[in-house]
Amino acid sequence: MTDITPTRWRPATTEPALVKWSLTGLCLAVLTVLLFAPLIAVFDEALRRGWAFALASLGDPDAQSAIRLTLVVAAISVPLNAAFGIAAAWAITKFDWRGKAWVITLIDLPFSVSPVVAGLLFVLMFGANSALGGWLVANGFPVVFAVPGIVLATMFITFPFVARELIPVMLEQGRAEEEAALTLGASGWRTFLTVTLPNIRWALLYGVLLCNARAMGEFGAVAVVSGKIRGQTTTMPLMIEMFYNEYLSVAAFTMASVLALLALVTLTLKSALEWRYADQLAATHRHH
Amino acid sequence: MILSFVSLRGFARPVLAAGALALSLAAGPAAAQSLLNVSYDPTRELYREYNAWFAEWWQAQGNPRPTIQASHGGSGAQARAVIDGLGAQVVTLALAGDIDAIAANSGKVPEDWQSRLPHNASPYTSTIVFLVREGNPKGLKDWDDLVKPGVEVITPNPKTSGGARWNYLAAWGYAQENGLDPQEFVGALYRNVPVLDTAARGSTTTFAQRGLGDVLLAWENEAYLALKELGEDQFDIVVPSVSVLAEPPVALVEGNIADDATRALATAYLEQLYSPEAQAIALRNFYRAWDVSAADPADVARFPEVNRLSIDYFGGWARAQPEHFGDGGIFDQIYQGQ
Repeated sequence: MTDITPTRWRPATTEPALVKWSLTGLCLAVLTVLLFAPLIAVFDEALRRGWAFALASLGDPDAQSAIRLTLVVAAISVPLNAAFGIAAAWAITKFDWRGKAWVITLIDLPFSVSPVVAGLLFVLMFGANSALGGWLVANGFPVVFAVPGIVLATMFITFPFVARELIPVMLEQGRAEEEAALTLGASGWRTFLTVTLPNIRWALLYGVLLCNARAMGEFGAVAVVSGKIRGQTTTMPLMIEMFYNEYLSVAAFTMASVLALLALVTLTLKSALEWRYADQLAATHRHH
Repeated sequence: MILSFVSLRGFARPVLAAGALALSLAAGPAAAQSLLNVSYDPTRELYREYNAWFAEWWQAQGNPRPTIQASHGGSGAQARAVIDGLGAQVVTLALAGDIDAIAANSGKVPEDWQSRLPHNASPYTSTIVFLVREGNPKGLKDWDDLVKPGVEVITPNPKTSGGARWNYLAAWGYAQENGLDPQEFVGALYRNVPVLDTAARGSTTTFAQRGLGDVLLAWENEAYLALKELGEDQFDIVVPSVSVLAEPPVALVEGNIADDATRALATAYLEQLYSPEAQAIALRNFYRAWDVSAADPADVARFPEVNRLSIDYFGGWARAQPEHFGDGGIFDQIYQGQ
């Protein structure tokens, strides 16, 4: 019988306790400094003069119109992007055609283009000095420095979100079920509603949530095309900056808290989805 | 491949419906009695008060109540937005050069705009003063105290900020008035500047809220506003012996006037800025105004006399701008030399 030295033994796939805990600790410390502390500071600033004062600042007509505008912009751009995302993912995953890879790259473009460039792009295209913009303004339909410009800029920034979520899921699922439905005599629309949509619904919801969070929070591109007219073309992120610059820090941080809360709700929903429907969200998760 | 395109037609309908909704939301007709004033950053409080007063006044003249909208931002950026199509009927900006830019690049403002209203179309003026920490611990009294070693001066970048150009010119004027070499003097001043913000409000935040620097070069109105908003017990205002006469001008944007009703409203809006009541509002908001007849004496007494040099002293903006702030201009030489 040989002696076994039990103390030294550990599975080859785990790290020593010291490494494990110091890495975890480092990670938590960084998260605390970079995420939790600033987030708490935002809420703390908002409530510096009490709940009543913070809530009263949201009653300001400019603040209310900013909240309304942000909701309207999200309500227009998110469904449009969801429709676009489904259409793009459908076209890319269910059909074979030349230039598909190029289109996928194109969908990713807003991720890599700076929002300021995106905003300027719309000013160049629809501004009063372009032929199209001049014609639109002359006919009483201004695009930049008005709500349509804000919607366009928001759509541009958020359009990859839904498509990027759907493409891997739909690729993984393949075409077999749709083809079966069609051979059984279902129409294209019915195939989509009863076969494709149920398969992608959670991924779709996940994409829509991300898209919505970004649509409500977008600052850079919207700032360029907004014209910053108070009560008319000022969204929540722009209003936060304005309040802050006017020394109305409670109003600024209260609105920032509202935006942060919206983001937290989104994040919670997203985590819940991930936890419950992991297998249907991203194809890659399936093989764990 | 097998799938029919029927599905695509199904998609098109909701897309079109949403698009139509977007259009209908946006195309809200520009009501005759609404006015957009595109202004610069530090005038928010002034125009909030004036707009309320003017709406009342206009109604009292037997007109329907107008909707006055305001947009604030950096003066140069605001001018750019008007050139690109922001539908302002009136502009109230920091520098004549910005309104000249609108005239030159869009033709929406007539070339002679500045002679159409009294006082170079400037209903109120301001100057540059020092905002220092409570009790003035470094004993800063005049421009020559700012070039001493160990003094930290906060001022924005004159390449991007209209206010910062005035700061720079005020220091230049002081040196010239006192027989010093202006370029050397201003160079020494900028060696004491630890951070150049892009705009005036940014510098105020740097100084007041982040606590950087010993002295902030600021618009007089901004300095008083900071005092009012952030606490009189934290800062003092020091008025130097020489400063500048800044004339923030206003103009009617002819190209954006849709009809006679709007013209009447916009014209009255600008003309009433010179009324005793509006001048009192300007004084209350820490601008120096021309007509003190309706003002609170305390608002007038606030402003000490100071030798104010106008832009003509520096050869006018047409000369001063390229000479000092153009590419390779004197500011570039001073700043790159450090």
